[in-house]
Amino acid sequence: MTTAIEVNCATGEVVERPLTAEELAQREADAAAFAAAEHEKEVAAAEAAVAKAALLAKLGITEDEAKLLLA
Amino acid sequence: MPNTFIKIASVTVGSGGASSIDFSSIPSTYTDLVVKLSYRTTDATNTATLISNFNNDTAGNYNNRFLFGTGSSTGSGNYTSNGSNYHGYGNISTTTASTFANAEIYIPNYAGSAFKSSSADNVSENNATAANATLSANIWNSTSAINRVTLGVYAQNFAQYSTATLYGIKNS
Repeated sequence: MTTAIEVNCATGEVVERPLTAEELAQREADAAAFAAAEHEKEVAAAEAAVAKAALLAKLGITEDEAKLLLA
Repeated sequence: MPNTFIKIASVTVGSGGASSIDFSSIPSTYTDLVVKLSYRTTDATNTATLISNFNNDTAGNYNNRFLFGTGSSTGSGNYTSNGSNYHGYGNISTTTASTFANAEIYIPNYAGSAFKSSSADNVSENNATAANATLSANIWNSTSAINRVTLGVYAQNFAQYSTATLYGIKNS
């Protein structure tokens, strides 16, 4: 069971309670959004790597040689 | 210049883990607030992204900027109209046993009437050469006094023995 811890700073009372159905739904939505964002980042990184390799091939230089040009 | 730390409340997560740690009814009698956090999560597959919310507001009223290093690379970024403050990455369940990430969130002028800024440092620990370190600056677009701070790890749960302590700071 997923729980939330609530501390009332005025009284010092600590309550550990199960998440409500609404909170659980929100967490599932958050997890899905997180997974989608991570996938998007992976796709973007893979596309960038392919574009970089293609450019290096077009220029006929290695990655280390490209770094030298920018140093 | 505020110069005292007074512990307001502290909590340690129990064996079942917890999705969030919520400090409510925070008194307005201090100048600043500080949260110190030691944590890891129960999730093995995702990065543990530490977040916080004020006054239970999860709408897109937060703007975040951050710098990070991983031990092998560095970077920066920002999120606008986000649903929380963003504090970077911590420990997940597959990091070395009994190691915990550490974070400190500083919230100045929390009871004032201007928009609320906060800053944080957050460092993972894996008993290894590489670690994630993040410095973040956030603003909550609200003039309300902060009376509630909620800590969470995006879509994950805090693991047992994670601890969070809320301090009030004032100059007398």
